[in-house]
Amino acid sequence: MTPPDTSLAETLRPQAPAGTFRLFAAGDYAGLQEHLSVFGALDTGSIGPDFIGVLEASGLTGRGGAAFASWRKMAATAESGSAGILPSRPVVIANGAEGEPLSFKDRTLLANSPHLVLDGLLAANRAVAGSQMYLYAAPDSLAGVAGAIAERPDARRIRLVPAPETFVAGEASAVVNAIATGTALPLDKRRRLSEAGLKGRPTLVLNVETLAHIGLIARYGAAWFRSTGSPADPGTRLLTVSGPGPVQVQEVPGNAALGTILHDAGIDARALSAVLVGGYHGRWVRPLDYRISPSGPDGQAVRPGAGVILALPADQCGLAATARILNYLAGESAKQCGPCMFGLPAMAGVLHRIASGEPNPQLPRELDRLSKLVSGRGACHHPDGTVQLVHSALEIFADDVKAHLSGRCMREDGRTA
Amino acid sequence: MSDTLHIDWTKCDGRGLCTELLPALLARDDWGYPVSRRSRSGNRTDVPIGADSLDAAADAVRLCPRLALSLVGERTSRRA
Ligand code: SF4
Ligand code: SF4
Repeated sequence: MTPPDTSLAETLRPQAPAGTFRLFAAGDYAGLQEHLSVFGALDTGSIGPDFIGVLEASGLTGRGGAAFASWRKMAATAESGSAGILPSRPVVIANGAEGEPLSFKDRTLLANSPHLVLDGLLAANRAVAGSQMYLYAAPDSLAGVAGAIAERPDARRIRLVPAPETFVAGEASAVVNAIATGTALPLDKRRRLSEAGLKGRPTLVLNVETLAHIGLIARYGAAWFRSTGSPADPGTRLLTVSGPGPVQVQEVPGNAALGTILHDAGIDARALSAVLVGGYHGRWVRPLDYRISPSGPDGQAVRPGAGVILALPADQCGLAATARILNYLAGESAKQCGPCMFGLPAMAGVLHRIASGEPNPQLPRELDRLSKLVSGRGACHHPDGTVQLVHSALEIFADDVKAHLSGRCMREDGRTA
Repeated sequence: MSDTLHIDWTKCDGRGLCTELLPALLARDDWGYPVSRRSRSGNRTDVPIGADSLDAAADAVRLCPRLALSLVGERTSRRA
């Protein structure tokens, strides 16, 4: 493969990981020694603003859900940091709050490769000339991270902040709010965080997996990062795959085939009725030829979101499963914004009536009306994500909806029959 | 170009004073909260305001009991 592009002397640099096994290459619960012997040292002190250009060349996108180009977020933060009469140095936050109940990848990463995340955080902080660094994650994860920080002198300035285990706790403005006030609720977004976030400073919030990739790109360069995945979706990403078997965290190339992912997880795609991709704000799809990628046509690509894959066995009712998820999402509304606080429970109620087989042909129309009503009306994307899930359920389980409206359920676990 | 009326949903209590002042722009939803009658690419939190509604919108901003409304110029209304 192409030699990595880095300024480190050849002798200091162990071989870059080949293939798609990258983020866990240093082994289980890697300490600083294993980390350094596998990845080599990283001189974060030599990183400056030009690293943002390397990230741009790498094509790295955020691995927390929204899949923004990481370099753009960084460039915007760096720019606001140096703008104005009284420049204010940025804050960089590593976000490991994994609110998705089906996501385990971030805590797995923090437990096994904490040093890669720390490297990424230090590198990102240098690139935007930041003044303060935080790592925000569930208390269980923080204990391991604190141990990793104690192993190295360069990470002592990173402050650890516990994240509550709520669905919205990882939303970027909720992260900032949690650090500032201890309340992990989303904020109104009249101003961008990159302009005015924590204590009014330009604030960069990056997912911990995104930072781990940055820790590798800082060592091996953009060309190495792009040596797997596709041109539009380079590098690797972590997925949490759950279904009939035990939950697994997989590292897969960008633009990976859903069929391969299921196969590697030991799941027989023919025995499934549908697959939920992206998490509770994601989309149900049939387990056909989909690619997991943030870009691409709707019929061929499905967005990875928070990296969650849930396989639904053919004997389970997708409407009932979605109704349960919707109940959960309605309960996780932070109850700050009226349309979300009232609209989501209303949607959940209608979907439950459909799922339980109420023979009322008006119900899908009512669900559609409520979906349109809540869309785009909240301080965060919780209503929109919920609407996306419901839309995909009504589309993928259209035959089930018909059956339910006539008082039947096509699945064995349905209680409608 | 036009300005927008930004609704801070975390403050709005849905009593609907703004919908009375700006009936051409805002309707009320099932629960009383303002709904933009127009939207710009799915964004219904920043309501586009024509020049003819600017004064009424400024009144709404001033009179909203929860200070949930603000006028944002076209250039600064884009959000992350
Ligand atoms: S949209 Fe919902 S989840 Fe998001 S801040 Fe408002 S009430 Fe909370
Ligand atoms: S006047 Fe203010 S508080 Fe009342 S509905 Fe309008 S925005 Fe909400």
